[in-house]
Amino acid sequence: MELYYLTAHELGDLLQRKEVSAREVAESFLERLETVDVKVRAYLTVTPEKALEQAARVDAARARGENLSPLAGVPMALKDNLCTEGVRTTCASKMLAEWVPPYSAFVVRRLEAEGAVMLGKLNMDEFAMGSSNENSRFYPVHNPWDLERVPGGSSGGATAAVAAGEACYALGSDTGGSIRQPASFCGVVGMKPTYGRVSRFGLVAFASSLDQIGPITRDVTDCALVLQAIAGHDPYDSTSANLPVPDYRAVLTGEIRGLKIGIPKEYFPEGMEGEVARIVKRAIGRLSDLGAICEEVSLPHTEYALPAYYLVAPAEASSNLARYDGVGFGLRVEGNDIIDMYMRTRSEGFGAEVKRRIMLGTYALSSGYYDAYYLKALKVRTLIRRDFEQAFKRFDVLATPTSPTVAFRLGEKAGDPLAMYLSDLFTIPVNMAGLPAISIPCGFSQGLPVGLQLIGKPFDEETLLRVAYAFEQNTDYHRRRPELGV
Amino acid sequence: MEYEAVIGLEVHAELKTGSKAFCNCTTAFGGEPNTHVCPICLGLPGVLPKINRKVVEFGLKAALALNCQVASFCKFDRKNYYYPDLPKNYQISQYDLPLARHGFLEIEVNGEKKKIGIARVHMEEDAGKLIHVDGSGGGYTLVDYNRAGVPLLEIVSEPDLRSPAEARAYMEQLKAVLEYTEVSDCKMQEGSLRCDANVSVRPLGSREFGTKTEVKNMNSFRALQRALEYEIERQIAILESGGRVVQETRGWDESRGVTVSMRSKEEAHDYRYFPEPDLVPLVIDQEWIEKVRRELPELPNSRRERLIRDYGLPPYDAGVITSSKALADYFDRAVALFPDAKQVSNWLMGDFLRLLNASGLEPDASPVKPEGLAELLKLQQEGTISIKIAKQVFEEMFATGKGARQIVEEKGLVQISDAGELAAIVEKVLAEHPQVVADYRGGKDKALGFLVGQVMKATRGKANPALVNQLLKERL
Amino acid sequence: MAITLKEVEHVALLARLYLSEEEKQAYTQQLNSILEYMQKLNELDTAAVEPTAHVLPLKNVLRDDEVRPGLPREKALAGAPEAQDGQFKVPRVV
Repeated sequence: MELYYLTAHELGDLLQRKEVSAREVAESFLERLETVDVKVRAYLTVTPEKALEQAARVDAARARGENLSPLAGVPMALKDNLCTEGVRTTCASKMLAEWVPPYSAFVVRRLEAEGAVMLGKLNMDEFAMGSSNENSRFYPVHNPWDLERVPGGSSGGATAAVAAGEACYALGSDTGGSIRQPASFCGVVGMKPTYGRVSRFGLVAFASSLDQIGPITRDVTDCALVLQAIAGHDPYDSTSANLPVPDYRAVLTGEIRGLKIGIPKEYFPEGMEGEVARIVKRAIGRLSDLGAICEEVSLPHTEYALPAYYLVAPAEASSNLARYDGVGFGLRVEGNDIIDMYMRTRSEGFGAEVKRRIMLGTYALSSGYYDAYYLKALKVRTLIRRDFEQAFKRFDVLATPTSPTVAFRLGEKAGDPLAMYLSDLFTIPVNMAGLPAISIPCGFSQGLPVGLQLIGKPFDEETLLRVAYAFEQNTDYHRRRPELGV
Repeated sequence: MEYEAVIGLEVHAELKTGSKAFCNCTTAFGGEPNTHVCPICLGLPGVLPKINRKVVEFGLKAALALNCQVASFCKFDRKNYYYPDLPKNYQISQYDLPLARHGFLEIEVNGEKKKIGIARVHMEEDAGKLIHVDGSGGGYTLVDYNRAGVPLLEIVSEPDLRSPAEARAYMEQLKAVLEYTEVSDCKMQEGSLRCDANVSVRPLGSREFGTKTEVKNMNSFRALQRALEYEIERQIAILESGGRVVQETRGWDESRGVTVSMRSKEEAHDYRYFPEPDLVPLVIDQEWIEKVRRELPELPNSRRERLIRDYGLPPYDAGVITSSKALADYFDRAVALFPDAKQVSNWLMGDFLRLLNASGLEPDASPVKPEGLAELLKLQQEGTISIKIAKQVFEEMFATGKGARQIVEEKGLVQISDAGELAAIVEKVLAEHPQVVADYRGGKDKALGFLVGQVMKATRGKANPALVNQLLKERL
Repeated sequence: MAITLKEVEHVALLARLYLSEEEKQAYTQQLNSILEYMQKLNELDTAAVEPTAHVLPLKNVLRDDEVRPGLPREKALAGAPEAQDGQFKVPRVV
């Protein structure tokens, strides 16, 4: 297999044994990127000089005999809502098209310390709002498995890049499913860690109480490696948990006998794509075969998660996005006075979906509606958390489909916001409860990947990785690569 | 009809922490524009706030000193509104669960004591500074974010104040408490202590509130009192003429001595408060509260009582001296060295405050230290110098920073108490003014004063006045 | 609780957004269908339920009062659309 299609741990081994240099690996990815990104359009900014410079540094360090991280010299890319000092960070918005942050996100500094090689910044739905990547203000991303289809969103550029061999792994962000849903659509592994497991400092905020950064990788081992690198306490994030970080690779044993897996019945609703439900059930059957005890469970408030989410997230977003006003940074459209300048800047800087959510959130917080909408949603959030708490008294892990469908066609849902929102039906409850979850490839429906979502207890990413790894060891979906016609 | 004013004050005090409320930038006053800023206080995309422990501790200190009930659970909220001095277009503040509530402050006006309720005390962040520049096309505005994110304590009184004098006394007392607890510099000119007032009037005896206005831009105690006096008169005049007070915000125009309607925004305010998701709640247990309580210094009122009780100072003197912690500290140190408390208090309330005010200095920055004042008072008490000379020496000390004894010696100001030496001068004066001598002998007692003055003049004020009197009377 | 065109206009002003006539129409219609979907929440009796503002049971996360240098002024102003005399420049306020 080409270097650009290897996993991080495979590349890490080759690099460690000095069979290849970090430079060769970086060049392989940059070449691949040049060839396929005209079709996939996963990147917003490519940083070849930076990549080659970082690769050279890794090679030099290895030549000196330094003990390096397994991720040293492995090329990766970042969703473009992660701040990178000196490299523009756009959030796929016209508002920040030219913005160059004067600081780097916590996770970026962590990866740099590991000797990561950054290839560039990845396309996304504007300000991470969307489920198809069609809300990018630059250009939509195409699904490497079928270029007529969406890669999912909002981290669609990240999952498409990893699937297409344009980055070995990527970091995305997940507010309502933005890592897992596109991972499912693109046939890669995507994890949303527990809220508080990974520092949000330097992640451009969408909905602060829901946002979480996570790895997008080609297999579960890589997921463990990347999580290891980015997890842990950050004194600059008040919501970052001050808990020890376990050795995630140590749990990759393949052993899941006796583990209790709950199957929430609400996650297989009527009207769901039959093929997706069938593939996911088959995958759960495989887990039973491996010795796990799989039983049905009910999460009765599941159907309320989506409406509650679409009040909480836009409300927080309406406030988080107030700072884009043409004063301190980013786009300004001149106006007659300050208010006119604000309004012109924001009307032109933001796209339709972002404006829609700002409107919705502003309305939900405005006087007279706060109790009926926002407060109500926060209370429903409590009920959703309790559902999970109850379920986790009996089960170690919950298994569900990641998305009710496979990747849909570009433009198919663009005119109907509500239909688009329903794409995140199974991922949103997890964010509302702050839980960790992973999506892994578990089959194909008419040539398109289907994802299995595993949901864990707070801060129990280990069990998720353990189950996901056991599944992966007994299947080969993670080894398939899209054709892409090149 | 007779009217009564109903006033509530909303006070903002900048807390004198080293770093800002939510980032590590300095809170130092001054500094070139935008040199005390970082990604966090500039509100750049991706940043997160982290609360400064000292902000909470200072808040607790002030709350306890104001007799408040501290919340066992409180949280931060976002107050959303667009204004260019606010980098994020929201202010991190506290809404429905503030740090403390239900306190009071005791004030005294015209010898009458009164408790003024404190509705709430909460923490929030300050905004940046806007400078409006005139020019073609309406000019432009420059923004400096050095103050953005500096911690503030907002202290809201109940509408318990009934006169501008009470409002001023409340404000002075509040300033004293914040200074005593050392949580704020309370410099109104620098804006580290600011105050807005809600004012309404109603017929005396009525229990309902009238329509209120909010008065802003009062940058001194004097301005506060004048603005309120004006605003109350204005409202009464409206009611007297059968009009209705409009609920609005009015700014105090110091130079014209009037309050002016501040153009109401094109929309009603809707701050859309909601819990700040980037900060976790504060749980303040009894242990924490007690720890802060134990660290509270003596507060102005109890210090005032102590000065009255221990030194026998008149209440007025004690009030003036304890209105400023620095002045009270000065007093304590001076009295320790020169135990005649009334004398010390007279000096502090007289020449000392006069010279300080004239030079715009705080008591602790006075060129004359308590040791210096005590030395001066001792010289006077021993009879080395007269009271008149003492005043002269004090001015000199204040101007040059030299010691009292040094000045007295350098300038040869030692009092002449030698009867022989003075007798000669008395003889000379009597000889020069035979008419005055005759007047005195003729029964004009006043003439004696003139003669004493002449002796003092001849000795350039150094003669011991008592001795001069005695000598003159003997000779006459 | 349907949202009217007038409310959409008010909310747009609060959010500092200009909306074209078509956008106003579209948002009114879309927000209404979304809000209608939200009505689902009213099926639940939440009178006795505490709201969840934070999923983690964290409290008293405080930092020490330490002063550290911030950004050099050039960097602070580097992203500004317009600056003058070391300050951010905006159209006249008030």
